[in-house]
Amino acid sequence: MTIMPHVDVCGLCVTVRAADGSPLRIVDDVSFAIQRGEVLALIGESGSGKTTIALSLMGYARGGARISGQIKVGDATLNGAGPNSLEAQRGHRITYVAQSAAAAFNPSRRVIEQVIEPALIHGTANDAQARAHAVELFEALALPEPKTIGSRYPHELSGGQLQRLMAAMALITRPDLVIFDEPTTALDVTTQVEVLQAFRKVVREQGATGVYVSHDLAVVAQMADSVLVLNRGTVREQNTVRAVLETPADDYTRTLLAAATPVVKAAVPCATEAALLLSINGIHAGYGPVDRHGRPAHPVLSDVSLTVPRGGAVGVIGESGSGKSTVARVVAGLLAPTAGEVVLDGQPLAASLSQRSREELRRIQIVFQNADVALNPAHSVGEILGRVLRFYHGMSGSAAKARVAELLDLIRLPSAVANRRCDELSGGQKQRVNLARALAANPDVILCDEVTSALDTVVREAILELLAELRRDLGVAYLFISHDIATVKALCDDIVVLYKGTRVESGRSRAYDTPPYHPYTDLLISSVPELRTDWLTGVGQKDKPQLGPSAGDAVAISGLCRFLPRCPVGIAGRCNTTPPPLRMMEAGNVVLCHRTEAELAG
Amino acid sequence: MANLINRAGRLPLSGKIGLAFVLFWIVVAVIGPWIAPYSPGSFVNDEVFAESSRAHLLGSDFLGRDVLSRLLSGARFTVGLSAIAVAIAVGIGTGLALTAAVGPRWLDELLSRAMDTLISIPSKIFALVLVAAFGSSLVLLTMIIAVTYVPGNFRIARSLAVGLAKLDYVEVARARGEGRVHLALVEVLPNMIKPLFADIGLRFVFIVLLLSGLSFLGLGLQPPDADLGSLVRENTSGLAEGALAIIAPAAAIASLTVGVNLLIDAATQGKAE
Repeated sequence: MTIMPHVDVCGLCVTVRAADGSPLRIVDDVSFAIQRGEVLALIGESGSGKTTIALSLMGYARGGARISGQIKVGDATLNGAGPNSLEAQRGHRITYVAQSAAAAFNPSRRVIEQVIEPALIHGTANDAQARAHAVELFEALALPEPKTIGSRYPHELSGGQLQRLMAAMALITRPDLVIFDEPTTALDVTTQVEVLQAFRKVVREQGATGVYVSHDLAVVAQMADSVLVLNRGTVREQNTVRAVLETPADDYTRTLLAAATPVVKAAVPCATEAALLLSINGIHAGYGPVDRHGRPAHPVLSDVSLTVPRGGAVGVIGESGSGKSTVARVVAGLLAPTAGEVVLDGQPLAASLSQRSREELRRIQIVFQNADVALNPAHSVGEILGRVLRFYHGMSGSAAKARVAELLDLIRLPSAVANRRCDELSGGQKQRVNLARALAANPDVILCDEVTSALDTVVREAILELLAELRRDLGVAYLFISHDIATVKALCDDIVVLYKGTRVESGRSRAYDTPPYHPYTDLLISSVPELRTDWLTGVGQKDKPQLGPSAGDAVAISGLCRFLPRCPVGIAGRCNTTPPPLRMMEAGNVVLCHRTEAELAG
Repeated sequence: MANLINRAGRLPLSGKIGLAFVLFWIVVAVIGPWIAPYSPGSFVNDEVFAESSRAHLLGSDFLGRDVLSRLLSGARFTVGLSAIAVAIAVGIGTGLALTAAVGPRWLDELLSRAMDTLISIPSKIFALVLVAAFGSSLVLLTMIIAVTYVPGNFRIARSLAVGLAKLDYVEVARARGEGRVHLALVEVLPNMIKPLFADIGLRFVFIVLLLSGLSFLGLGLQPPDADLGSLVRENTSGLAEGALAIIAPAAAIASLTVGVNLLIDAATQGKAE
C-alpha cells in the first residue's frame, strides 16, 4: 500500500434550498483523507452536518440536497461511471450502520434473511455461503447462540443485539468502507460497552476502513484513529484522537471536551436538616390488569422508597426497564400504585389523579424526556404556558402575558418566543419551554424524566446549569431520573439506583465517587466511557457472572437479589437462597447485597 | 380573511384548480336559481335532447326542459345537502371518536362495537331501507345520509385520537388535572385536523355519489326538485345519442368531486412532515 489514501474527500459541499428558496450550505468545504484500515470519527452536535457527510461518502444526499466537490473512495468517485460511481458501490463495497437498529429491521422477517440480503442482492455470495459467513460474523460480534440467533425475529432480540446484527449486515459483503452512524447512542451504557467492544474487534479483524459518526467524544476515543471536529458544516479541527483529547487546538473542541464531563457551577449542596417534602414509601406498581392478590400482570416496581427534602435534588438511575420512569408516573398520579403511598408535606396523596386536589397537582409537576412530543405542536409557546397559568392561578390577559415573559426570561429565551410554535424551536429551546411549563405552576417538586437524554452534550450542560440555577433561585426540588450517572452526579445531592424495579442502593451522591457500592452500581459506573483511548481495553475484563443466567428463573418469583443472574460476585448457597439484606456503608450509602462492605470495596 | 387569501395564494397549481372548481360550485349553489334563464320545471323546447343552441346553451332534456336551468337549480341540492350531511356525519363521528379516546375504556369498547355493527351494513342498502321505511323528505334524506357515514368517520377519527391521546403532551395535561373536554378539544383535536380534512373530502365525495345514486334509483329527491344525480337518471334514454342533457350533469358531478379532492389534498399536504 502506498501513500494513496483509501478515502479522499476534497472541498465537499452539500447545498439545500432554504425555506425562502435561497441556497443554503449545510456542509461547507470539508476535506479529509482516511488511510486504508483506519477509522475516522466525525464528531459534532446535531446540525453539524456529520451524518450528511457520512451519507455523501455513499453518493447519497437526502431529498433536495445537492453534493458538490470531490469524493474518492478506492477507485470510485462521486461522478464516476458505471461500477466506479459511489452509488454503485453503496451497500456492497461501502456499507452503513444506522443509529436505530430497532427501527431498521423489518419486524416480519427473520433476522438472518435480512442480514444476508446485501450479499444476495450484490451477488457476492450464494445463499449457503452468505449464511455461513453470517454465523462467523455473529460469533465475531459476540452474539449469544451464533448458530441459531439468526432464525429469530427482531422483536425477540434486545437493542444491543440488533445493533450488532446490523453491523453483521453491513459487513456481510466484506466491504472496504463501513460507516457507523451513532450506532450506540440509543443504547444503555452497560450495553454500549459490549457493542463497542464487538465493533472494534470486528473492524480490526476485517481490516475495513471506518467512518464513525458520533456526538460523544468518549465513545469516539475508543473507536477511532483520528477525529474530525465539525460545527455548522465546517471543519473545526482535524487530528489524531490522542492529540484532540490531550491538546485540543480549537475552542469548540475544548467546549465539547468540557461538556463531556458535566460540572454544574451553580450547584448548591442541600443542607442535610432540610424539611422533608416528598416521600415515597414502599411503592409496588405495574401495568396490566390487577389480580386477586393485588398484583398487576406486569409488575415493574417492588418496594421502592425514597425521600426528597425541600429544595433538594434526588437522582434516580438505572438502565431501561429498571422502572425509573414508572416512579415518576406514580408520584405524578398517572399510574396508581398497587401498594405503598406517596406523601407530600406530611399529607398522603390519593393514588389516582382524579382524587387529588388541583392544589396537590400543582405542587408536583412532571417534565418528560422528549420535548418533541411533550409540547403540543398545535399551540404556540405563549398558549402552552398561559394555559397552566390560567388553570392553576386563574391568571389571564396582561397579567398572564407578563408572567409568560417572566418565565421565558427565567429559562433564558427571548420573550418573542411566546408567539412561536414549538416546531420552530431547536431541541434545546423546546426542552427549556418544557421546563418553563412545569415552572409556570410554581411547583414544590419537579419530576424530570430523562430531560437531558435526547440532547447534545453542549446543550445538555446548559440545561443542567439552568436546572441548578432554578433550584438555587426558586428553591424547587427535583426528582431527577436519568440513565447517565455523570449527569445525575453533577446535579443531585442524593442518588437512588434502581435495578429491575428494586432499589439496590441509595445514598449521598459523594458516596458514588469511590467503592464500596452495589455490584450493579459498580457495573453502571465502570461502563461510562472515559476520555482516554485505552479505556475500552481495560473495561469489562472483570469476572463473569458467578451463578449465571440459570439463576434467573428463581429470582423472578422470590425476593432474591434481582441482579444475581448478572452479578460477578454472587455467592452460591446464599444469594440464590435468601433475600439480600440492606447494609449501611461507612460513607452513608445503603446497599442491598449479601456481600459485606470490605468485600464490596475490594 | 387576508390570511385565508394568503394561504390560497401559496397552494400548488392542483390546489388552485380545485379551489376554483369548489368556489364555482358554491357560487352556482347560492345564486343558481336566480341566473337560470328559464324556470326549471317549464317545457321550453319542442325538441327533446336538443343540441346546444343560443337559446339553450346546454340543450334540452327528455321532456324539452332547459338543461342549463335545471343544472343551475339542481346544484344547490347536491352541494347543500352533501355539505350539510358531511358536517353532521363528521360532527357526530369525530365527537364520538374523541369521547372514546379520552373516556373510560368501557365506553370506547361500547362505541367501537356499536360502530362496527353499523359499518357491517352496506351503506347503499342501509340508506335504501331507511328511505323505504321513513320516506324521502329533504330533512330525512340528509339525516339518513349523515348517519350512514358516521361509522367510517368514527373509525378514522378514533384511531387518530387514540394515538394522539397517548402522547406526552396529553399526558402532561392529564397530570395537570385537566378535564376530559379540555383534553379532547384543546390537546387532541387540533392535531388531527389535517388527516380529518382528507377524510372529510373523501366522505363529501361519497355522499355526493350516494345522493346521486339514490336519486338515480328514484329514492332521492322527488320531482319536481332535482339534484345532479336525478338529472343524470331522468336523461338516461339520451345516453345512446350522447345527449348534452346527460353529459352535462355527469360532468358537473365529476368536476365537483374532483375539485373538492384536489383542494383538500393540496391544503392538507402543505405542512405535513
